[in-house]
Amino acid sequence: MVISSKQNKIHKNHASQRVRQISPSGIRKYFDLISPDVISLGIGEPDFTTPWNIREAAIYSLEKGFTMYTSNYGIPELREEVSRELERLYGLRYDPKTELIITVGVSEGVDLVMRAIIDPGDEVIMTDPCYVAYQPAVTLSGGIPVLVPTDQEHEFTLPASEVEKRINSNTRALLIGYPSNPTGAVMTREGLLQLADVARRNDLLVVSDEIYNRLVYGVEYTCFAALPGMKERTILLGGFSKSYAMTGWRVGFAAAPAGIIENMMKIHQYTTMCAPIMGQMAAVEALKHGEDSVQEMVESYDWRRRVMLKGLRDIGLTCFEPRGAFYCFPSIKKTGLTSEEFSERLLKEEQVLVIHGSTFGKCGEGHVRCCYATSMPNIEKALERMGRFVSRLI
Amino acid sequence: MEAKAKTMKNVLKILEKDARTPPEKIATMTGLSRDEVANIIAQAEKDKTIVKYKTIVDWSRMGDDQVMALIEVKTVPRRDVGFDAIAERIYSFPQVHSVYLVSGTYDLQIQVVGKTIQEIGEFVSEKLSTLDSIQGTVTHFLLKKYKEDGEVLHPGEKNNRLVASP
Ligand SMILES: Cc1ncc(COP(=O)(O)O)c(C=O)c1O
Repeated sequence: MVISSKQNKIHKNHASQRVRQISPSGIRKYFDLISPDVISLGIGEPDFTTPWNIREAAIYSLEKGFTMYTSNYGIPELREEVSRELERLYGLRYDPKTELIITVGVSEGVDLVMRAIIDPGDEVIMTDPCYVAYQPAVTLSGGIPVLVPTDQEHEFTLPASEVEKRINSNTRALLIGYPSNPTGAVMTREGLLQLADVARRNDLLVVSDEIYNRLVYGVEYTCFAALPGMKERTILLGGFSKSYAMTGWRVGFAAAPAGIIENMMKIHQYTTMCAPIMGQMAAVEALKHGEDSVQEMVESYDWRRRVMLKGLRDIGLTCFEPRGAFYCFPSIKKTGLTSEEFSERLLKEEQVLVIHGSTFGKCGEGHVRCCYATSMPNIEKALERMGRFVSRLI
Repeated sequence: MEAKAKTMKNVLKILEKDARTPPEKIATMTGLSRDEVANIIAQAEKDKTIVKYKTIVDWSRMGDDQVMALIEVKTVPRRDVGFDAIAERIYSFPQVHSVYLVSGTYDLQIQVVGKTIQEIGEFVSEKLSTLDSIQGTVTHFLLKKYKEDGEVLHPGEKNNRLVASP
């Protein structure tokens, strides 16, 4: 005991200033509270297993002995496929040799880009609430996250005017992530054009996390880099985890002007060298022959999205219609509980796990994130239990 | 695709996955009204786009021994009626579960179900191979069903997701 507390002290004393500024993810505490009877709507990943043809391609590549490091930029064939895909979807042209890098998921992409563009004291504007990794990535790079409150009334979109108000001489970049985790919000083309205009006038870089690009329902998807004049100032982060149900493979990519990719590569080559080759081989197959699977999964998410949305509203919670990703973000303010109390009590009393909105930022307070990437029977059972719980409170 | 065909397909796909999905729920899942869904289904039932609703049963769990055979049938197609006449002769037997015209070294592939191997053997030798336009048959008895109509019968995969993740 004495020793461990001493060790703790040592560890504390040796914690860097930067790491002290970030706190562990608020999601972790739920791991200890789980029993077998729990239905989890708290998982931020697809409930599909990776489509078989993709798994099979990876198995084949292992059989053929593809077990080595790859180019720091990623295997050329994958970069070519990514380039083709971005052209097919958005008419964008990225040079696979200089303007693309394969990363260990979008997670690494976010980290690389921040370290590549941020100096101490630089400010990066982002939404509150937002994906849990954005603030730490900026903080760990020595930068300062500047949060723009967003709310249910505006369906958690980011108003250009609010961004503009927060720009000063230290502002380096705007970081956006639509479709959004945790809210499921999607920005319209008009909304993005206004942000583009702000970026242009203030000479900002825009980091656009488009990992959910394929998971949109009944609305047009706009890629930020494809807006007029934006390719030259956008770092587009894309992935495989969500569209192809490939979270465990750890592959993603960044597409950006060559100079920025070069700088990201410098960090990447020393810290990770390359994304795992199995993941890269699998990703090639995903891009070549994965479209039908994507369509099928999107269709199935859409069915479940509508059932969950209606279910939440029937329970009496207000919820805007999420048009992307696989989350509903209902308001639980009526219950009089904080989002954390709501989640904890719902878990204890009715064995349903949802994630408290405050994990994603102050403005997420009053909401909980409910993921509908789980089976239809689970969704229905969870809604029934939530209904019971909420009716005891309102 | 035309919007109407697309909504219709959407409804049919849901039913194909689970024929017991109630119209109210299909309405929620697709964003259509209950009546629209009911109309689509009624129409599809009427024009036989929906052929029938049935259940996939794993009879082996009931200890009910059923024997199934896949039979390759080589025929001599006849003028005017081609394969249709012989196919009809075959599918009219109640023990015949399915009949497909296929390309390759034989013409019809049929599935036959019976209580015992003998029963199927009798059917083949007495009923099937004695038909006029049949040149020959090859019978494969089915040993184990792994997947049927898109459903894996004894899934080996578990879902190993964490209970919570960002
Ligand atoms: C918005 C967002 N960005 C990035 C990630 C991380 O994705 P990857 O698996 O590609 O690292 C996630 C995963 O939950 C996410 O929701």
